[in-house]
Amino acid sequence: MCVLARVFEEAGLSTVALVSVRGVAEQLPPPRGLYGAFPLGRPLGKPNDPAFQHDVLRRAFALLGRPEGPVLEDHPEVIESDRAPLACPMPPRYDPNVPEAVDEARGLRHAYDRTLARRGVTSIGRVLTADQVPDALAVLAAVADGADWKAAGFIGDPVQTCHDIRTYYEEAALALADATPEAGQGEAWFYEQTAAGRTLLAARAQMREQEAPFQIWLYMARATR
Amino acid sequence: MSDQTLRDFAATTPMPDMGEVVPWTPLTKPLSECRVAIVTTAALHVAGDEGFNPDDPSYRVLPSNRRDLVLGHWSPNFDRSGFVADLDVVYPIDRLEELAAEGAIGSVAPHQYAFAGNQEDTLTGIRLDSGPHVARLLRDDDVDVVLLTPV
Repeated sequence: MCVLARVFEEAGLSTVALVSVRGVAEQLPPPRGLYGAFPLGRPLGKPNDPAFQHDVLRRAFALLGRPEGPVLEDHPEVIESDRAPLACPMPPRYDPNVPEAVDEARGLRHAYDRTLARRGVTSIGRVLTADQVPDALAVLAAVADGADWKAAGFIGDPVQTCHDIRTYYEEAALALADATPEAGQGEAWFYEQTAAGRTLLAARAQMREQEAPFQIWLYMARATR
Repeated sequence: MSDQTLRDFAATTPMPDMGEVVPWTPLTKPLSECRVAIVTTAALHVAGDEGFNPDDPSYRVLPSNRRDLVLGHWSPNFDRSGFVADLDVVYPIDRLEELAAEGAIGSVAPHQYAFAGNQEDTLTGIRLDSGPHVARLLRDDDVDVVLLTPV
């Protein structure tokens, strides 16, 4: 983004960048940057809070009035990621003959569909459809149990598969939670409280044991997990 | 392990050398007369458009009336639940429309643009090809100000 800011400015456009990693902007300064110490993934700070978002934009656009640069300022508010898992009612175990994660994903389908109906769009679709999420979890469950990951039948690239699974869960969670999740809550819920998240991490650990390429197993989950 | 860990790591990755001089285009008219566009590096794309690969230098057009946008970034290392709950926390298109309606900015550009940020190379394609190309497209739309948003 700092690169694009310079390219555009050279082309005669005035730019202002919302900066999420201050250390990068310090080394490669954009002409005008407003750093927000907000959770990564939320550059405007707070979802469903138009007043706060307008405050961020007002401070950013104010930098356009500076006579010279580069200028890098901080938004005064710091927002921590709340890592207590989201409180989310989960479907009961229904079919004991399938892996727990498969059963769970099937049970969340109505919640996923409610979010889809409200938003009109889903970010699933890198390699899976929503219909294929339980099947993909069956593959991960087999790998977690020790199956050879190369022969386990991944429907698509394992990294993209895991993206689609997590997206399915995060979109379903929005229909089940009472309030907009704080940053980190959805992630903690997925990895710590769902069978899918636990299965994914177990499969990832197995793939590391099986010496799968680093770029595959690492990016199947957040690097800090 | 937190966002701070990831921020510290991101700041240690190699940066392209773009020289000491930071380019500067002064704003020559009031913001209330300016046309504003968003360029996001969150790898957003319209549902049905092709997604982004890691280290993909290409861009996608986001018509300003579209809200059916997909978050296609490859990294699993940032929050996505905010985006699911509210598009504007990543891509503040509705906030810009409100600023235009109240006269704080002149207008919102008809097209916004998305790239995939957080790339681990010299970014040559974006610097020399797709970036300048999008700059021309923005100027063709009479854009004065670009708001850059990361993810």
